[in-house]
Amino acid sequence: MTGLAAWLWDTALSPFAEFAFMRRALVATLALSLSAAPLGVFLTLRRMSLLGDALSHAVLPGVAIGFMLGGLSLTAMALGGVLAGMAVAALAGLVTRFTALKEDASLAAIYLMALALGVTLISGHGTQLDLLHILFGSALGVDRPGLLMVAGVASVSVVLLAAMYRGLVLESFDPVFLAASRRCGWLWQQGFLMLVVVNLVAGFQTLGTLMAVGLMMLPAVSSRLWHDTLAAQLLNASAQAMLASVAGLLLSYHLDTPSGPTIIGCAGALYMVSLLVAPGGWLPRVLRRRHRLA
Amino acid sequence: MVADAGAVVALANLTVSYRRHPALHHISGSFAPGSLTAVVGPNGSGKSTLLKSIVGLLPAAPGALRVALAPERIAYLPQIADIDRSFPIDVRDCVLLGCWGECGAWGGAGRARLARVDAALKAVGLEGFERRGVGSLSTGQLQRVMFARLLVQDAALILLDEPFNAVDARTTAALLALVRRWHGEQRTVIAVLHDDSLVRAHFPQTLLLARELVGWGATADVLTDANLRRARAMAEAWDEAAGLCAIDAPAPLQAAQGRAIDRHGAQAASNPASAHSARKTPA
Repeated sequence: MTGLAAWLWDTALSPFAEFAFMRRALVATLALSLSAAPLGVFLTLRRMSLLGDALSHAVLPGVAIGFMLGGLSLTAMALGGVLAGMAVAALAGLVTRFTALKEDASLAAIYLMALALGVTLISGHGTQLDLLHILFGSALGVDRPGLLMVAGVASVSVVLLAAMYRGLVLESFDPVFLAASRRCGWLWQQGFLMLVVVNLVAGFQTLGTLMAVGLMMLPAVSSRLWHDTLAAQLLNASAQAMLASVAGLLLSYHLDTPSGPTIIGCAGALYMVSLLVAPGGWLPRVLRRRHRLA
Repeated sequence: MVADAGAVVALANLTVSYRRHPALHHISGSFAPGSLTAVVGPNGSGKSTLLKSIVGLLPAAPGALRVALAPERIAYLPQIADIDRSFPIDVRDCVLLGCWGECGAWGGAGRARLARVDAALKAVGLEGFERRGVGSLSTGQLQRVMFARLLVQDAALILLDEPFNAVDARTTAALLALVRRWHGEQRTVIAVLHDDSLVRAHFPQTLLLARELVGWGATADVLTDANLRRARAMAEAWDEAAGLCAIDAPAPLQAAQGRAIDRHGAQAASNPASAHSARKTPA
């Protein structure tokens, strides 16, 4: 019994107890799980699962300009990223409203332009290492201001998501009904995209802009296999993201692997398990349980 | 030409175009309060376009369309294909969304509103379906849910776009009873329909469209063989070589180019009778 307790302590608790950077990484990823994963569920519901990926590229020029002006300062890069992401989302929204193009097409066009601009800026003014840092981040490098930013963003975006919940549900489920009521339906869409941008940027120091999308989308996609109601899907997504965060941090500590990809790898493992055993997955189809009379 | 001042919806020379090709061409007339009107016509004759313009989903020229009601007093049921049926929402929440116009994003659902939802579900014969997911319903059941939402919306003007498509006879009868109930409650109902016999049996007023207005008035006067033949003769394809319509053109331009521009475009010119019937004030 004591042996088991000691093993548990060594593997699961002592890394966090002994090292402040592990504690900060844990809090940052847990906060991110709470806010980003539910956003991912809404993205999948709107059949925009790949939009997070597009927006994560779209923040790049802003991050690069922030880096050029303020050096490796988190505030400057984060601010630049948020501004760039919002500009891309707003531009795409305008194109969608005033031309014949649909949402995904206009966003694809504009984020690709932003990405090209970002890569040009970074290769002109930084080294390869900087680009890697921005794209893949490092949870273990989260400092106090970085932690405060992640926590702040997570708190604000959970509150805003709650406030926008009804509008978002209506806009995703029956956009024509919302448009017919003439209550600025596009505002919900834009507000939601802003939340996605802010969350991706909050995740960029912890996980990197590319990996932050993983924490947003993987738990969201697999949660949809488990439940038929939206509330349950949102909770499940957050829970899976948290589980992946804890497991990923511990694995990366013991196996000495980069933390961001390990966390996303754990989320991916949970997704594979869900694919197999969840009610919407493979196993229930194979089992062919007997049907009811009516 | 001046539309009736007491009308719920007044159209004054309304033209709505897609890429400069008119889907509705110079329609004038008005819907009286409490009227029950069927909008009929062949595919592509502008029926859905008319409803969308009234709701405000398509822009109309200033002054061409006047709706005497606030947006939250108007209910619009689009064709069923516009709803995301895979969305994880249950029947009760879906019907409750009918309160959106009055309580918006933050108003409480409250006991009174929930009671209205229960009453509406009972009225459409879907008691016991409250917690069923929308995705698990049949097409007819989903249409009943949509009618329950219309009941909850409590609107003064109700627009229905092909409400009985892909719906069986029993459900059609049940939903028609609701339409008649709305008519009895002095609500204005405008429904796009394809079934002429159903229109004759249940709808006192009819608006027959073929992009242009073919007829508008009492159903028996409008659904005549001659009118229906004229509506069917409508050319479905856009005429890419059609000239510019001169009705709305400023006077000097009209005078200068009078010979170059065909008065009503090639299609209307081949059928001069219909070209001007659009401008008559309907009965």
